[in-house]
Amino acid sequence: MTRFLVGRLLNYVVLLAVASFLTFSLASLQFEPLDSLLQRNPRPPQAVIDAKAAELGLDKPIPVRYGHWVAGVVHGDFGKTIGGQPVTDELWRRIGVSLRLLVIGSVVGTVIGVVVGAWGAIRQYHLSDRVITVLSLLVISTPVFVIANLLILAALRVNSVLGVQLFEYTGETSPDAIGGAWNQFVDRVQHLVLPTFTLALGAIAGYSRYQRNAMLDVLGQDFIRTARAKGLTRRRALFKHGLRTALIPMATLFAYSIAGLFTGAVFTEKIFGWHGVGEWFIQGVATQDTNIVTAITLFSGVTILLAGLLSDVIYAALDPRVRVR
Amino acid sequence: MSEPVTADTTTTAKSGVDVARFASRRTLVWRRFLRNKPAVVSLILLVVLFIACYALPPVLPYSYTDLDFYALQQPPNSDHWFGTNALGQDLLAQTLRGMQKSMLIGVCVAFISTIIAATVGTIAGYFGGWRDRTLMWIVDLMLVVPSFLLITIVVQRTKGDIVWLIVLLAAFSWMISSRIVRGMTMSLREREFVAAARYMGVSNWRVIVRHIVPNVASIIIIDTALNVGLAILAETGLSFLGFGIQPPDVSLGTLIADGTKSVTTFPWVFLFPASILVLIILCANLVGDGLRDALDPGARPLRRRRK
Repeated sequence: MTRFLVGRLLNYVVLLAVASFLTFSLASLQFEPLDSLLQRNPRPPQAVIDAKAAELGLDKPIPVRYGHWVAGVVHGDFGKTIGGQPVTDELWRRIGVSLRLLVIGSVVGTVIGVVVGAWGAIRQYHLSDRVITVLSLLVISTPVFVIANLLILAALRVNSVLGVQLFEYTGETSPDAIGGAWNQFVDRVQHLVLPTFTLALGAIAGYSRYQRNAMLDVLGQDFIRTARAKGLTRRRALFKHGLRTALIPMATLFAYSIAGLFTGAVFTEKIFGWHGVGEWFIQGVATQDTNIVTAITLFSGVTILLAGLLSDVIYAALDPRVRVR
Repeated sequence: MSEPVTADTTTTAKSGVDVARFASRRTLVWRRFLRNKPAVVSLILLVVLFIACYALPPVLPYSYTDLDFYALQQPPNSDHWFGTNALGQDLLAQTLRGMQKSMLIGVCVAFISTIIAATVGTIAGYFGGWRDRTLMWIVDLMLVVPSFLLITIVVQRTKGDIVWLIVLLAAFSWMISSRIVRGMTMSLREREFVAAARYMGVSNWRVIVRHIVPNVASIIIIDTALNVGLAILAETGLSFLGFGIQPPDVSLGTLIADGTKSVTTFPWVFLFPASILVLIILCANLVGDGLRDALDPGARPLRRRRK
């Protein structure tokens, strides 16, 4: 097991290095970081522009710049933005914001999705199963940015009916939150409800579809009948033998969905005004900042690979057929 | 999965079935698809929408660039059926224009990415060895870099050129399908008919084209149909963030982005393009599901639960 993990990790490190090099070169080739200076009116003196170019290392070839960047990253320094702020501090701050936004929504969504999917499979072709299937297909076909806006519209209706600002839909907190820990907590929850719901809805729809199919595969197997014949109650047979087996193929899906989580959150962050990682990437592209973009790519690559590793471990732990050398 | 596709079925000779009237696989699949009402309705709806978005604009009184200064931010009325936006542009004309772009991109991207997936998957699965390792490593690499973010970097310089957008979206959306095709190819490689063809001296490429591809065709077709929805989602997402189609041209994504700004005050600017988008993707998904059920009935357990 250890050798297998070490081999995997080595492969991942190589993958990450190549991925970050590709992103770095691509961004360096495509971006014109001096544009914001050149387009200023009146145009700054040439000396200022040259100084900025030298500061960003634009006079050196891209591999040298990448080498410089890697030397910094090894020490935990992701360089500076064009404006001169350190990327590392901002990255950590933004990861915190993104996590506060994502954790509840994705965990709740995943759990409910799995439960709903398994339930639908058990009640295949009943009315409830049909309704769930249709609804999940509808949600899957609706882009995040449409769901978010529809929720805002609905929340607005509720707010105006109730006459109080029950749901908030911009930012993480109100700028004028009145003191007291309890008030601030309530304020945060008010801001969290809509984006969490947006994220959870997508997760529920996606997972329930996969879980339903996985569960249906399992329910047709002989061992479920054996378990029932042995005298287990229906519930016990379905949960202990059915659901546990049906969860195995989902492990891979969990990993890939974490990959999509941070990119998917771009829309949620942008619409609800949360200043998280996804929003920062869009800013980085808009300001033509190679360091921001590469740092986020690396971060997202690390999350994908960690999730992949985790799914391998879960898979090996859950499925006795998986034997690792 | 499915049996090898052979046009002439010789086993029917003794069974008394009229060979001429014996249903071919294609007919069977087609019949199974027709029995799926939602899928058929969706397919018809998609075709109608596709034709409408190209045929309607010339006969409408307003073009998507026209500004009607007497109707700014007007709700839907008899003159402007979908209402107008802040500039006085007719939303019906704009939505149709956006549909043209989004649907064209969706279909092209789905086809191109499926062709890449089929090529990579069959080569990696059939030959194995270093070709397999190299190709799968590239797939791993492309799955690690967040493709959506890379596209935004590159697409900046292309100034909303639709061809570039199609190429980029296709280049980053074939990886998972290619893995599925590879897995199927690997199991097909061990089958008797492939081995027989190889021992008879048929060249590798001929084996792939004649024996492997027809047998993975069902998954390829299903994949193309489901990729249409995904491609449209990706394109509208990019355009929504301002990285796809650039103004003055419009896509459903840019229209929804416009509508988002005033969703609380002028909801129709958002609601019409958004509902059209959802309708298109929903139909594409339903057609894909229908094709899956028709082509690959084993993929979904259709048997009833035993009580």
